[in-house]
Amino acid sequence: MSLLELTGITKSFGAIHALQGVDLEINPGEAVGLMGDNGAGKSTLVKIIAGNYPQTAGVMKVEGKTVHFTRPVDSRRAGIEVVYQDLALADNLTAAENVFLGREVQKGWGPLRTLDKQEMIDRSADLFEELKSETRPRDLVQKMSGGQRQAVAIARTRLSDPKLVLMDEPTAAISVRQVAEVLNLIKRLKETNHAVLLISHRMPDVFEVCDRITVLRRGTKVADKMTVETSPEEITGLITGAIHAA
Amino acid sequence: MPPDTAQEAGHAAISDVTGIEESTLLQKVLRSQPFWVTIALLAVSLAIGLYQPSFFTANNLGNITRNFAPFGIMALGMTCVIITGGIDLSVGSIMGFVAIVAGLFLTAEYPWWVAFSMGMLAGLACGAFNGFFVAYIGMSPFVVTLGMMSIARSLAVVTSGNQMLYKFGPDAPIVKAIGQARFPPKVADDFWPDWIPAFSSHFWTMVVMALIVGYVFKYKAWGRHLFAIGGNEQAARLTGVDVKFMKFQVYVFSAFCASVASLLILGYSGSAINALGQTYELRVIAATVIGGANLMGGSGTAYGAIVGAALLEVIRNALLMAGIDSNWQGAFVGMIIILAVFIGLQTSGQNVFAQLKNAILPRRDG
Repeated sequence: MSLLELTGITKSFGAIHALQGVDLEINPGEAVGLMGDNGAGKSTLVKIIAGNYPQTAGVMKVEGKTVHFTRPVDSRRAGIEVVYQDLALADNLTAAENVFLGREVQKGWGPLRTLDKQEMIDRSADLFEELKSETRPRDLVQKMSGGQRQAVAIARTRLSDPKLVLMDEPTAAISVRQVAEVLNLIKRLKETNHAVLLISHRMPDVFEVCDRITVLRRGTKVADKMTVETSPEEITGLITGAIHAA
Repeated sequence: MPPDTAQEAGHAAISDVTGIEESTLLQKVLRSQPFWVTIALLAVSLAIGLYQPSFFTANNLGNITRNFAPFGIMALGMTCVIITGGIDLSVGSIMGFVAIVAGLFLTAEYPWWVAFSMGMLAGLACGAFNGFFVAYIGMSPFVVTLGMMSIARSLAVVTSGNQMLYKFGPDAPIVKAIGQARFPPKVADDFWPDWIPAFSSHFWTMVVMALIVGYVFKYKAWGRHLFAIGGNEQAARLTGVDVKFMKFQVYVFSAFCASVASLLILGYSGSAINALGQTYELRVIAATVIGGANLMGGSGTAYGAIVGAALLEVIRNALLMAGIDSNWQGAFVGMIIILAVFIGLQTSGQNVFAQLKNAILPRRDG
């Protein structure tokens, strides 16, 4: 049984059809690369899976059960974590505060519950170490480098044990060494039977970690191929429309 | 500016390598605007105290703390609103409406607690109205609260029949006692030394509320979420914070603070006028901003709100004692607002003096 199954997903904004009947299937332990030119509908698809807005038509199933996400929290409860393109960090909070935003660790009882700051700082420090990042939990995100901010956003997905991690352009604005770390993380997620949906413009990254590549063009799926059966040239052709479909 | 970015990049790399520790408590204090406002408050107090020794009498201190307490209370609510990036212009009008509603029930000889509850309900209803249109309809806080400022004032005038209410029925003494209570009580032959001011109930209410708000900001998830909304509303929403409900709550809380302040003043003066609180919203916003809250959202403290309100009142009091024409107060207060925010920029790490110098005397290239 596949982990995530999308059938005929359509999303219209008024007269504009951002997605038209897209099918997608992701299995546990599988990394799928989602590629396409700007405006092809990648972000729209991610936002539907992440619960930012519902699809106009089509069925979404998680582990065989039909789900209806109306809020981001619904998607998270279903075991889907997202690393957003803009990272979704509050600049005025520290790294640890951002990691635990929305699911703070609390101690005490009832209305007297208070934030367990030390616990959150310690656990964030462990997560950053695991990600081999030099991010310090007490530092303000405002003063961090691109790579450190990335680490904060990724550390967030490691708080729970998600079934599926969506990564929207996670390697767009970081250094070569940090890209390698992110790709390593994706491989480790696969080994531990987690599924990853990677949205990226960087062909080498996608070919390095993804088992399968899905290409969107103008809101429709034009290809869904195993990585070993295709080539960067073919994918580029599919993205631009030089190759009609495969 | 390429040189600047290169410098910043180099700086970040150095701190990465050497692993400079998080800023110490002292550094944090020195960088906080409320700290410098406190210094200013002490300096102004000391200066006027040397000039007019009567400033430091227990009597005067009791008066000053009572005068600014309602503003401090409202500044607490305003701080919460401003942290989310909003603004509440309706607090002054809500005060007037609350006082009139409570006054009408007292005039009709209802028990004091019924009158106070009805006044409070009227205030909370105004806050809920603000919160609903800002949070759930998504209208601009400035517009909604500007509307409420007009609505509440008008309701106060209409319901009062444009009369001052002062015949408060059988519970009038209780109402007065609430507004005029003091602690320490300072009766003859008690053990309290003379130099301790008899702090008013207004002051103690403010202290208790400030402690609660400060505690919530620091130790509760609610406070954490408030700051997150101000920092990046979208991020807060995506991580599961109920942004709409939070925003709704802050406008209700702001109205609650205005209602408390209104009822205390009603008790103190023993009368209700529909003009109560006129232009107070501006003084409250001024106190909040002086105390370090950023109108862009994301920063502010409970202590800052109180100390900002205190500084405004002390300056007003100092000018009166120095015998300066009271029409000058506005000019001084205005300068303090601008100066405090200017210093706040400086302490938050921007080199404002360098920027200012550059703007006035730009360096010539080549």
